[in-house]
Amino acid sequence: MSIGASVPRDRARRLLLGRGNYVDDIALPRMLHLALVRSPYAHANVGTIDIADALALPGVVAIFTAEDLEDAVSSWRAEHKLFPAMAAPKQFALARDVVRWQGEAVAAVLGNSRAEAEDGAELVSVAWNELPAVTDANQALAPDAPILHDDMDNNLAFQTQVTAGDVETAFNEADHVEQETFRFHRHSGVSLEPRGIIAEFEPSESRLTVHQSHQTPHQQQDLYARLLALPEHKVRVICPDVGGAFGLKHHLMADELVACAAARLLERPVKYIADRLESFLADVHCRDHEITARMAFSATGEILGIQLDDLFNAGAYGQYPRSSIAEGNQISRLTGAPYRHQHYRADVRMAFLNKSILGHIRSVGHPIACAVAERLVDLGAETLGLDPIEVRRKNYLNGDDFPRTSAGGVEFEQLSFNGCLDKALEIVDMTEFRREQAELRAQGIYRGIGVATFVELTAIGPEYYGEGGQHISAQETCLLRLEASGTVRCYTGTTDQGQGIDTGIQQVVADELGVALADIEIISGDSALCPMGGGSWGSRGAALGGEAALRAAATLKQNILNIAASQLQKDPGDLNIDQGVVIDGASGAAHMAVPEIARIGHFQPYSIPDGVSADLTVTERYASRGRMFLAGNGLQTAIVEVDVDSGLVTPLRHVVVHDCGRILNPLLVQEQVRGGVIQGIGAALYEELCYDEDGHLLTGSFADYLVPMAGEMPDIEVAHIETPAKTSELGAKGAGEAGTAGAVGAILNAVNDAIMPFNTSIAETPITPPRLLQALRRI
Amino acid sequence: MTTRTRRLALTVNGEAVSREVPVRQNLVDFLRHDLGFTGSHVGCEQGACGACTVVLDDETVRGCLVLAVQADGCDVRTIEGSGDLLGDLRQSFHELNALQCGFCTPGMMLSAEELLQANPTPSRQEIRDYLSGNFCRCTGYQAIVDAVAAVAAKRQGGAAS
Amino acid sequence: MKAPNFEYRRPESLTEALELLAQHGDDATIIAGGQSLLALLNFRMAAPELLVDIGRLEELKQITGGADHVEIGGLVRHCDLAASPLIAQTLPLLPQAIGHIAHPAVRHRGTIGGSLAMADPAAELAACCLALDATFSLVSARGQRWVGVGDFFQGVYETALESDEVLTAIRLPKPAPDSVGIFKEVARRQGDFAMAGLAFVTAADSGPRIALLGVADRPMLARRTMAFLKDSPLNEARAKEAVDLIGTEVDPPEDPTYPPAYRRHLVQVLLQRVLMELIQ
Repeated sequence: MSIGASVPRDRARRLLLGRGNYVDDIALPRMLHLALVRSPYAHANVGTIDIADALALPGVVAIFTAEDLEDAVSSWRAEHKLFPAMAAPKQFALARDVVRWQGEAVAAVLGNSRAEAEDGAELVSVAWNELPAVTDANQALAPDAPILHDDMDNNLAFQTQVTAGDVETAFNEADHVEQETFRFHRHSGVSLEPRGIIAEFEPSESRLTVHQSHQTPHQQQDLYARLLALPEHKVRVICPDVGGAFGLKHHLMADELVACAAARLLERPVKYIADRLESFLADVHCRDHEITARMAFSATGEILGIQLDDLFNAGAYGQYPRSSIAEGNQISRLTGAPYRHQHYRADVRMAFLNKSILGHIRSVGHPIACAVAERLVDLGAETLGLDPIEVRRKNYLNGDDFPRTSAGGVEFEQLSFNGCLDKALEIVDMTEFRREQAELRAQGIYRGIGVATFVELTAIGPEYYGEGGQHISAQETCLLRLEASGTVRCYTGTTDQGQGIDTGIQQVVADELGVALADIEIISGDSALCPMGGGSWGSRGAALGGEAALRAAATLKQNILNIAASQLQKDPGDLNIDQGVVIDGASGAAHMAVPEIARIGHFQPYSIPDGVSADLTVTERYASRGRMFLAGNGLQTAIVEVDVDSGLVTPLRHVVVHDCGRILNPLLVQEQVRGGVIQGIGAALYEELCYDEDGHLLTGSFADYLVPMAGEMPDIEVAHIETPAKTSELGAKGAGEAGTAGAVGAILNAVNDAIMPFNTSIAETPITPPRLLQALRRI
Repeated sequence: MTTRTRRLALTVNGEAVSREVPVRQNLVDFLRHDLGFTGSHVGCEQGACGACTVVLDDETVRGCLVLAVQADGCDVRTIEGSGDLLGDLRQSFHELNALQCGFCTPGMMLSAEELLQANPTPSRQEIRDYLSGNFCRCTGYQAIVDAVAAVAAKRQGGAAS
Repeated sequence: MKAPNFEYRRPESLTEALELLAQHGDDATIIAGGQSLLALLNFRMAAPELLVDIGRLEELKQITGGADHVEIGGLVRHCDLAASPLIAQTLPLLPQAIGHIAHPAVRHRGTIGGSLAMADPAAELAACCLALDATFSLVSARGQRWVGVGDFFQGVYETALESDEVLTAIRLPKPAPDSVGIFKEVARRQGDFAMAGLAFVTAADSGPRIALLGVADRPMLARRTMAFLKDSPLNEARAKEAVDLIGTEVDPPEDPTYPPAYRRHLVQVLLQRVLMELIQ
């Protein structure tokens, strides 16, 4: 049995030898390199662009501005039909007339090498006329604010409200109301491999071939075809090895589209690799929210209601094609999701500002929804003199409550909050911790423990983008081809950036088909070869891709058994396949090897009677029906030590108890959770994109933008509970968001627990040393 | 100013190499694009992330912070030339899934091997500290620490018997 | 980002290097380990006409001990300084500090001369040289001059080095056998630039030298605190007064992430920790 086993990944062997094939490793004949002329200002009019000196450089081959691309590339708007009121200003591959964020590109320089293209970019002279910039939502939404977009009256991109019950009455009648104002600062996904693309155009065939570090090749195929007005069946997007993505690489990015347009105009391959500064500046950003939230309690700790106002600092435009709405949407729907309260109101206002586009980064919105609710639970428990663990237990949705539509409007099939809590308490002895904590406090050492309950929405169903009007596949397809040798090629629409979904699918096929793992080859990441699919995002690979693979394997197995049965004069229902051999279902006796079946099927079809279903190349599809997401859940426990002199926070221990349904490969899931936790710790303690008041990025390098490194990070224990998804045969849910979803909340609560003797609290991330010492009133 | 070049002669992964290179080209770009040794990667070009780590005259260096011409007459070893040396680390990394996307992995393994040569019995925190110049975004580091610790233990076990 | 174009020469002797520098003046920039300079070039934050690579000049890579001083060649790498038995024995402050400099791969290339010439206000070795009262040998085609550490650092990335000079050696008086050197800094992560740091060297007769990094435009001595701690036995009460006093001596620059009050506070925390260690 392969499903459920910790099978190491095939792809990893090659990567360990340094034989990975990332997009910058690829070189094509006569390839040119793209460097962009980017705006140094957050908001400016663009006057004349003088390219003469740059063009005169021997290494510079061509320079394009917006005018040059007018006929080659359409503009776009990040609309979402489920949110028709959301503003969707027009965006161009190269900005014309106005730039609205520092880093927005106005000219493309093509050179024989990246260095020479940069030499050219330095010599391009732009007549900038700086305009006042708005750099936060408060500013952007003030009545006299400069308005970013000509076709808008203000900078309010979107506002929404989610309500349930009667929040006014609930809060008026509550015994206690806890309130907090949170500030989650802007950060990004920071993959180690930056974004990159090579675009190649064959003019005689109008054929565009793109090699791109990306998560969603089919989506890109569709977008490039439409925006470049190319026949879609001649557009191919190939994703080679991808050095981390985390949501950064499932959008259409203007600079990458410029590379495609340049390749087409010059009829030479064009490579663009974002450097690290460009990554900080121009990659999709995330998590920039100011939230005032309240939780109403009874005297005995029942959560009666939650109310929050989310001021959402987006960017200058909407993320495309998915729009930037999701973080605000998830926050409005998920805050307090584990709890039984009936009364709820969330108001979200999303503002455009003069900063890079804000969008989807791993665990979209979840970390904030979790941190807000979990912090309020701890604050309420503290005020009421109750154990925060018991307050949670009292309010968790459990057994009989399911299935349930939450106060935020999310449908839950079955979640395991109490189960995860019980297990977490087995792993971490709270009593012992409290004893030790008291002892250490007496010595001036401040440790704290924090828990955070999280819900994780994964495997988004087709309704979200289907009805949203976007060409994003939320279903999955799997094509299996049995070779004459009895080995199997498996083409999947999912993609693998290291999380190991290739291996998970291999395991599903191996088990269902009865063929050895080593005899199955997974092919993914190619929009021409692989059947239509959604790629990788929102932790959909196992749940959707796995289910499609399961169906395809079942069909192929049936056809193999049909052929065998026709040769053996038996009923296919009496046969099975085990380790590549067709066997008797009852006795296990071997009858025919699968390679023999394959040869008959491919080369001697005349020996198979008419009417027998004998296709050895099969395709099956899986689309979830009637549900927007698959929900998983978990609990994280963080133990930290706070140095109240320096303000440094050291995570000592971290535990995740996680329910992601049926687990295909425990090793891979564990590692996904661990990686996610560290990203969450990064957001809680280190990562921030800082801007000055004019919208200039101050943290454009790894010296200033701090990411978690090995020296400061804890070991992370991961335990599992499995509540299988009922809507699919496989029962798998997504697992990639969990670590990030709960870590910020756990760390925030842990730090606050540590500093409790000082009668103060903190509700701002990252928790930098000065912020912590300011909260402690020590500076 | 047009691009200045200079003749460079060095040994890379055991082979003598002689090339005319732009003086401004850094070592990792030279290895990747001129010689095709794409196993070393570029993540930041300021020496902070460790993806470009290679071995120069038996010591790890940042390939982005060495000019190719500065390696003139030197011996350079990349992940591609470290096959035999890293066999047990590779196996351990594979078994424990101490890599996901693989982009940090070559640099990480070269750094780990250097640690184990200098300190065959490192504590977990010593492993973490030595690798704290190699950024990994995928694994969260623990599996890497586990893999290096496992190799250290095995090597000691082997030495003892 | 890729570096801009430049000319490159690799002189084979110090004399040849000095001739090149004399000839090209401000157009020439010295490259030694390149760990700071190449990062700047990769960001296109510097655009030298000519790089003079002195990295192979063996004569500048020696560590020698005299009767009353130690002399460290400008091209001695951080890793070699950290591994030197002579340094460990006579100037144990230095290995403490070097452990905080970046990461091993960088320490295999970076040099003490390069670090001092770069004059980053948060540089560990600069503060150590200040605490140890170093003198620097600056050599040009015009001759050699010795500059005291107090005159050497002149501002952010500014030193007494003329455009035609090479920092060839750092001379450090050997501390008395009973002298104690303690280096501490506070950084967010291993190897990061410190937000503040302190190098403390005791000396029975002349009182301690306390050098601070990261809190001014150059490493600085906490003179009033040094004077206060001289000539009096160290106890908890004196330590507390010293900690208060050092807070009044520093005026850290504005910074978007680390406000002056924070760095000032850190200096106090660091002194507190050093003094407690000495008392125990």
